Order: sequence, then C-alpha cells, then structure tokens
Amino acid sequence: MDPRVEIIDERLKNIDRVIAVSGGKGGIGKSVIASTVALSLAKRGHKVGLLDLDFTSPSTHVILGIDDIFPEEEKGIVPPEIYGIKFMSIVYYTGDGPSPLRGLDISNAMIELLAITRWGNLDFLIVDSPPGIGDATLDTVRLMKKTEFLVVTTPSRVALATVKKVLTMLKELKSPIIGIVENMKITRSSLVQEELEMFNVPFLAEIDFDRKLENTLGDVNRLLQTNFARSIANKVIPQLTKPVSAAI
Amino acid sequence: MHEWALAEAVVSTALKVAKEEKLSEITKIEIKMGELQQIDLEAFEFALKEIIKPENLLLRNAEIEFNTEKAVLKCRVCGYRWAFDDAAQKLSEQESESIHFIPETAHVYLKCPKCESPDFEIEKGRGVWIESVEGG
Repeated sequence: MDPRVEIIDERLKNIDRVIAVSGGKGGIGKSVIASTVALSLAKRGHKVGLLDLDFTSPSTHVILGIDDIFPEEEKGIVPPEIYGIKFMSIVYYTGDGPSPLRGLDISNAMIELLAITRWGNLDFLIVDSPPGIGDATLDTVRLMKKTEFLVVTTPSRVALATVKKVLTMLKELKSPIIGIVENMKITRSSLVQEELEMFNVPFLAEIDFDRKLENTLGDVNRLLQTNFARSIANKVIPQLTKPVSAAI
Repeated sequence: MHEWALAEAVVSTALKVAKEEKLSEITKIEIKMGELQQIDLEAFEFALKEIIKPENLLLRNAEIEFNTEKAVLKCRVCGYRWAFDDAAQKLSEQESESIHFIPETAHVYLKCPKCESPDFEIEKGRGVWIESVEGG
C-alpha cells in the first residue's frame, strides 16, 4: 500500500474548503478565475491557499507574477505566502522546462505533492485544474475527498459541449458542484444558462469578456482593478463565502 | 526535511493497518523505496525514531526494514532501457533536488541516452510502498 495516499487526508484536515476550478476545455479562463478568486478571498481576510494542478502547463504563477519564491523544507514542504496566498505549483521544481507527463506520472506527481505539502490552517484551498476530465480531475475527486467544484464555461458551443460532460461526470462521481460561471461573455445570449438548466446546478455568474485583462496579467494590483476581477468579487465570492449548506 | 513527511505517512499507514487487523503490537514494517525518490535513509530513520515515541506501545518494538528498488527507465520511442543512477551523475544539484521532491520531474531533466527523447516511462524504482506490516 502507498503510505503517501494514506496521509493526504491528514495533510488537508485543517482546510475548511477545497474548491477546484474546473471546466474541461483549455483557454476558458480557469487559471485566471482560480487566481482571482484566491486573491479576492485573501483580500477579504480569509486564509487562502492556491494549488496549481496543471502539471504540464502551469500558469497561475504567470498570472500572479510569481518568479522568485520557493517553498521551505520543514517536515515536508511549506508553500511560500505571497499576496496573502499560500502558493504551490510544480513550477518550483520544473522551472521553465517542459514537463511531458503521461497519466500515471500525473497521478504520482499529484500524490507526492499532496503527501508532502503542509498547508497548515486554511479557510479555502483553491485548486486550478488542468483542462480535460482525465487523470487530474479523477484524482482530485479520489485524493482530495472534500473537493467542491466551481465549473467554468464560455459562451462557445465548443466549451459548452465539454462542460456538459464535466457536469455529468461530477454528478456521477457525486462530487459537490458549487455552481457554474460563464466567462468571456460577448453577447447577452442566454444559451449557456438554458442548455445547462437540466443539470440543476446553480448558475452563479456571467462575466463579460474584458479586453483589458490580458495586459494586467503578472501584475496583481492592476489585475484586481479590472472589470473581470470586480465581477469575480461581486458575483462569485459571495457565493463561496456564504455558509456551506446554503452554497451546495 | 522532506523525509519527515514520508516517515509520518509510513507510521500513520502502519497504525491504520494495525487498527484494521486488530494488532496489539507491530513487530515489523517492510518498506520499499523507489531509488528515484532519492530518500536520505539516515534522515528517514531519524524521523521515524522521532515520530515513534517510546510510549507508543503499538510501534515501540517494531523492526523497520528498508528495501530500495533501483530505478529503471525505458524510452517509449526507441525502447532503450537505462538505470537512473547512470543518468543521475550528470544532473545538477538543483535538478537532483527537484527529482527528490517530485520524482516525476525526472521527465524535465532526463532524456533517453540513445535517441534523446524526453518520452520515457519509469519502469521501476519510484514511490514509497509498505510491503507488509507484521504483528500480533
């Protein structure tokens, strides 16, 4: 038996809520939403961690402009704190080099990271999930048992087709789904909301496409002043901070 | 030290097994360590001793046996097999340290010695396993 798997519950026991930002498709804004949610929660005084589980294309460090910090080694590894967020990413160990990992490697890297990371007490651990509904999502459900999902889509029919699969799978796995965020809206179409109604999952927010967002990435202060960040703060954060029984 | 976290995992798992098997004492724990983990056995044993306090009646007399499994890598492109310890000598301290923490980062720093592909599998020698917990 793998003792690393057995210790994961212990490592997460002082975290009130684990929220995975997921959605299936790449390029729909999961990482920017995960990073901005973490920043917004920290700004409100919550104890927050951010775990980038996109092992092959980690990007939250780029969004937050993080490049010169490293975890401390103290009976495991302790994520460094920046902008009020305890930040953990495989990028500490891979640098800028490509990490061509296959499924089993991704599972093993995730087990290792979860077994040795000491988060301490957190109100929220925000998890940036990679695209796809394969190993990382299945292992998130298997290994981080208290994970709730915040599901992201865009108005695109392409994203919509995949997000339906994500919602179906999460329901089959009996994973709690906090709700759906429709990101990058460019018209007032209610197609996404209507199409996803059958899943009976709260539709939390529509977030307009923000042309100014791209140029703020890497600069947290400017990022937090965008309309995008204001939408997250006003529409999504209140849904995450209300009592758990009401949120799910 | 990172060995501490793994030692905690071993102790916690052994105690769980003891509870499930209704053991009143654990006499032996057999652990298999993948070479790729590059565990410092001295540090690991020190951590185990610190974690297993003498007052822990279940574990205080447990003999702990370590077996290291050599890491063997196999290229998925040309099929060539090679030993990690041959390749490890060419790694920088930082690269070696990264593999120590997250063994899968070997895929970032190593390539097939024959065809230079980064697409290889770790056939043997990764992870930490509890092979057996004995007691009565």
